[in-house]
Amino acid sequence: MATNVRVHSDSAHAALTPTLSQEERRRFWRRGEPLVWATAAALAGVLVLVFALLAIVLVNGLGVFWPAQVVEVTLTDGNKFLGQRIRSAVNPDTGESSTQFKTGNREQDPRRQDFRWIKDDAIAAIANPAEVCILERAENGDFYGYLKGFAGPDLALASHTPVAKTLSKALNSIRRKSAEEIAPIAARLLTLSHQLQETHGKLLRLRYQRSGTIDGQTDIDRRIADLEDESREIKDQSDRLVSQQQRRLANLRRNVVIMADAAGKETSIALVDLVRFYNPNAMGVPAKCWHYLSKVGELLWDNPRESNTEGGLFPAIFGTVMLIFLMAIACFPLGVLAGIYLGEYAKDGFLVRLVRIAVNNLAGIPSIVYGIFGLGFFVYGIGGLLDQWFFPERVATGTPTFGTGGILWASLTLGLLTVPVVIVSTEEALRAIPRATREGSYALGATKLQTLVRVLVPMASPGMMTGFILAMARAAGEVAPLMITGVVKLAPQMPVDGTFPFFHLDRKFMHLGFHIYDVGFQSPNVEASKPMVYVTTLLLLLIVLAMTSVAIYLRNRMRRRYQVRTI
Amino acid sequence: MNATEEMSRRSVLPSLFGRRAGDEGVRDENSNDLQGSPSLPANCPHPNHLPKGEGTVASHPAQADPVVQTRDLCLYYGSKQALFNISMDFPRRLVTALIGPSGCGKSTLLRCLNRMNDLIDDVSVTGSILLDSEEVNDPALDVIELRRRVGMVFQKAVPFPKSIYENVAYGLRIAGIRDRRILDEAVEKSLQRAALWEEVKDRLNDSALGFSGGQHQRLCIARAIAVSPEIILMDEPCSALDPRSTTRIEDLIGELRGEYTIITVTHNMQQAARVSDFTAFLYEGTLVEFGPTKQLFTKPEKKETEDYITGRFG
Repeated sequence: MATNVRVHSDSAHAALTPTLSQEERRRFWRRGEPLVWATAAALAGVLVLVFALLAIVLVNGLGVFWPAQVVEVTLTDGNKFLGQRIRSAVNPDTGESSTQFKTGNREQDPRRQDFRWIKDDAIAAIANPAEVCILERAENGDFYGYLKGFAGPDLALASHTPVAKTLSKALNSIRRKSAEEIAPIAARLLTLSHQLQETHGKLLRLRYQRSGTIDGQTDIDRRIADLEDESREIKDQSDRLVSQQQRRLANLRRNVVIMADAAGKETSIALVDLVRFYNPNAMGVPAKCWHYLSKVGELLWDNPRESNTEGGLFPAIFGTVMLIFLMAIACFPLGVLAGIYLGEYAKDGFLVRLVRIAVNNLAGIPSIVYGIFGLGFFVYGIGGLLDQWFFPERVATGTPTFGTGGILWASLTLGLLTVPVVIVSTEEALRAIPRATREGSYALGATKLQTLVRVLVPMASPGMMTGFILAMARAAGEVAPLMITGVVKLAPQMPVDGTFPFFHLDRKFMHLGFHIYDVGFQSPNVEASKPMVYVTTLLLLLIVLAMTSVAIYLRNRMRRRYQVRTI
Repeated sequence: MNATEEMSRRSVLPSLFGRRAGDEGVRDENSNDLQGSPSLPANCPHPNHLPKGEGTVASHPAQADPVVQTRDLCLYYGSKQALFNISMDFPRRLVTALIGPSGCGKSTLLRCLNRMNDLIDDVSVTGSILLDSEEVNDPALDVIELRRRVGMVFQKAVPFPKSIYENVAYGLRIAGIRDRRILDEAVEKSLQRAALWEEVKDRLNDSALGFSGGQHQRLCIARAIAVSPEIILMDEPCSALDPRSTTRIEDLIGELRGEYTIITVTHNMQQAARVSDFTAFLYEGTLVEFGPTKQLFTKPEKKETEDYITGRFG
């Protein structure tokens, strides 16, 4: 009986358990728990990746300008050098650990390197000298050493003990002198070069006119001769100025600061070449912050030095922002108008659906293809035509004005690349407006145009702005199409300057995205350029963030004003 | 109504309203002598059997002064017919309610009157609509002008994303009126007429979007009134509102009556009974019955009408 019962209960249990678990399982699936987990995991994955990217950029980019401790390293072979520790690595094969130092003093290295990997075994001692000084130079990078003294005809303080304060006094006096003696000549030279350019342009034009005619053009010949004289005069004048400038510079260069490196070898460095100097080992936190800020200031407002690995990024920042603005001017009105036509006027049919599909798919074309199109259509096509009409003499001499890459063509190419986003979002925004709103307007006797202008476009404006923000973000990050439509490593002149007509949209320009590529992958000094890559990336991200933030702020204001809240 | 009332009413129905739709002979016979009884709808299979403008619809209560007259109005969405030979006269400066089950064509009929159906692709209309003897369906007619004469208020009260003032002034502004004095006056008058002035007079420049649904609807009515239309079409103006707001709108309709011709579509039969002077019952695109509200609700001529208003279908 008992066994019987047990057998019975067992079988009942065996029969019950699967049904229960089945029921549970069914409930589990029906509640959608797995989907919740899957969606959460997907989001978490995306966030991790994005934050990892941001963290890498932030950690590497923010630390670049923070002055690190300078150490004096004594090697086992007795050699000494000064440097800043960069990082350590372990050779996976041998298990040896080594440390990378930034040692500066590039001109003293046989291979002109300012970074060194030292095996940890080879280091005998590391000291923290208090009196060390880093000199940032306009050329040859940083110099690490000890201040020894000054020499030079213009320095009254050569006899003093070489403390940092004396150095800054000497530097200031030389800078003042340079501002008095060199700067006016440089300004004059700039004016002369503009004049020369202008004369050269006129000359080109006249010679071109002359080449078209056979003879009897004594008038033109005379003018050409006049202009040639003029340009010769300008050239002579500027040559004289240049030699004067060089003489003065040579004189100034005799004012030097004498530095000793770790081995005690003395070097003279001209004060005019000095950008800044500092002693990280003696700096407190406020001083380091000040140094950091001044470096950031230099980054934002100065021109690049040392094949873009040092100095500022102002031309690139300016080029990037201007490019995006020009792109916006080109693409926003075009996209909005096209979107309005598609959304409001076009009759829904096969053709419109085809156009819509095409517009949506335009976003999937590789950007380099847009670049090639831009090169062929804008640069060679439209630019070539403009040149033929307005600057035929320059085409003849192989120096085209519009028929070569420039910021205008680059921004138009980018505009073409981003216009589908604006079209699609405009159309969507218009379609999202309730029918009652339209009918309300029509019922009051409004025409289609009045309804569109007074009601629909304001209501759709937040949606248009969304498209605009997406377009802007995309344009800011594009590099490939720019490379063949006008971006350069180093632009001698900005697209906007003080000479007439102030906006020079035919000029080539610098761009942060291209700068990242150029400094990161095209630079001969890989180690020296690495920090610049991170800094540039960070800067580009910040600029995009700033611009989109402004756009988002505007959009939110429009939303508050125009969007219907359903109550 | 209680059961006994209904029973007694039904018992008298056959004697009073012995005629049936499609019974042409009877209708033609009785059309002139039955003052106050509705015009009978032409049943769809045989259109154009009524001589236009003749006495066939003269039995209509609004015969004295109709502002809009539709004759054999048919409407097609593509190949699907939605309205079948609607012939009715809307009385001037009175309230006419259109009732009927969903999809019966009430709104479509309403939207014919200011040609809002033009906005929908694939709509074609035959027959005639005379607005003070002017043909509404004439393609040469200025639709803009028509819509200024025939205003409309929708089920979903969506103000424009502008200030209260600009919402009301919208119709005038698009008509090209810029004079601030005229606009101010019109805005104030319209808001007062729409019983909204007291609530909003201190914040005319605030956005109109931040209001309750009832206020939105009154604002839309003010917006429609501002252009001084002759007729106001209301397409279920209260169906999205709470009872209190509904009462206010109904009161408002009562106040506007006598100044404007109001044609309203409603699902709410109590509302139709409360606010309208005349009621038309539409069913599947045909006009089943049209008559003085009181008569239609108490002594409907048609079996369908009776079934509908007593809640037996629809």
